[in-house]
Amino acid sequence: MSLLTVRGLRAGYGPVEVLDGLDLDVDAGEVVVVLGANGAGKTTTLRALSGMIPTHGTITLDGTDVAGRRPEDLVRLGVAHVPQGRGTFGELDVVENLRVGGFTRPAAEVAEDIERWLEMFPRLGERRHQSAGSMSGGEQQMLAIARALMSRPRLLLLDEPSLGLAPLVTQDVFDRISGINRELGTAVLVVEQNANLALAVANRGYVLETGRIVASGTATELAADDTVRRAYLGV
Amino acid sequence: MQRVFDGLAAGAVYAILALAIVVIFRASGLLNFAQGELAMFTTFIAWTLLDAGIPWWAATLLAMVIGFVIGAVLYRLLIVRLGGPSGNPLAIVIVTIGLFLILNDGAGIIWGSNPAKVPRVFGDGRVEILGAGIAVQVIGLLGVLAVLVIGFGLLFQRTKLGLALRAVTANQESAALAGVKVMTTLMIGWGLAAGIGALAGTFTASQNLGVDANMMQVALIYAFAAATLGGFDSPLGAVVGGLIIGLVSELVVGYVDIIGPDLRLLPGFVLVLVVLLVRPQGLFGSARVARA
Repeated sequence: MSLLTVRGLRAGYGPVEVLDGLDLDVDAGEVVVVLGANGAGKTTTLRALSGMIPTHGTITLDGTDVAGRRPEDLVRLGVAHVPQGRGTFGELDVVENLRVGGFTRPAAEVAEDIERWLEMFPRLGERRHQSAGSMSGGEQQMLAIARALMSRPRLLLLDEPSLGLAPLVTQDVFDRISGINRELGTAVLVVEQNANLALAVANRGYVLETGRIVASGTATELAADDTVRRAYLGV
Repeated sequence: MQRVFDGLAAGAVYAILALAIVVIFRASGLLNFAQGELAMFTTFIAWTLLDAGIPWWAATLLAMVIGFVIGAVLYRLLIVRLGGPSGNPLAIVIVTIGLFLILNDGAGIIWGSNPAKVPRVFGDGRVEILGAGIAVQVIGLLGVLAVLVIGFGLLFQRTKLGLALRAVTANQESAALAGVKVMTTLMIGWGLAAGIGALAGTFTASQNLGVDANMMQVALIYAFAAATLGGFDSPLGAVVGGLIIGLVSELVVGYVDIIGPDLRLLPGFVLVLVVLLVRPQGLFGSARVARA
């Protein structure tokens, strides 16, 4: 059974409708990518899924209807969202950022997970008591992902992790995402413009254009698709 | 030495009020101009309770609890509707100024405009230290300040509530995504600030030996100066800033002839200006570092 089932999702900001009846699925343990250009509705999709904006349509998480739930409740149900621009707490240091990430978990688990992620991301381990705002974009992205993982999610939502990062750093971020998925079995829904990297780590993907899904398939199928190649792979 | 003690006495009152300002700033990221009037209003409540024969510490505690409730309710009913910290800051400033006027006039209507007498909570005793007299009241007040600074330090740095308050102030959206209940956290923050304001008001009244509707205004100017001097996000800074402002005002007025009592406000503010030129974040404030 699929972990996340979305049917006829519509959402927007005030009178402006951005998503125009979206259907998508994420199975447990899967990496799914949503490709789309600027303004296609990628960020809105994730904001709708984590309850940050009002929605119409059905959102089912592991059989439970979760449409209309607030972000703070969805975290407790196992959805973690790394927003665009990373959303770290600039004035808090690395460890404090992680503690906020573990807000919904018991204290003993939080302490254990902090050590685990600081070991997994050595760059963060070296900067335990440095404020997040003073770190580089790549470090902040790692911190944002570690922060999200602190809630021990079943589904990780990532909003353009490559944004503003150098190619090598982006590669590293995607390697991490892939590793986390393999080791923890966390399902990942990532929205991206960088189709090359995203399709390399994803099992399946969707193509989003002006609020609608216009193509879907396995990562291999999408990478071979002419329209996708022209629009998103630049070949 | 006598002037030092007098300065500390005045400074302690600014310090406790500055602490209230810092708490609300850290707990909500907002400056609440009605803070002082809220403190005055709850002080009148404490005085009413005192007048009814309740001992001062119980009256103060009750007023703090009532202040907490008023602060939380104000946040829930008023500030949330204006969008909270992510809303239009100007609208919130104007609303808090409106609250200022309502509370000020409201207190005048309910309790009259004549100052009501308040006793010193720690009694009228004085002790001799280094050849100068210091009121037991001042020592008591400094003790309360020390407890509050340590208490708030622990609250912000060591507790889950403190972490939630700081996370919400730093990034409300991310805090919600991490599972922090943003509205509840901010309600508690506003409640805490109003509660500590009630305490500050009670001590100000007890220092002035009276409570009246305008009692917080001059004190609040000093308190803002103290909070700015110490750094808006540091409880310790607020207290140190308050004591410094009190001391400097007292000493300069006492020893520099051309600055008489009419210019009491001046030295403190010159000091604030100088400190801010050198250290814009204040003495104990943390500089905001952000890399693009």
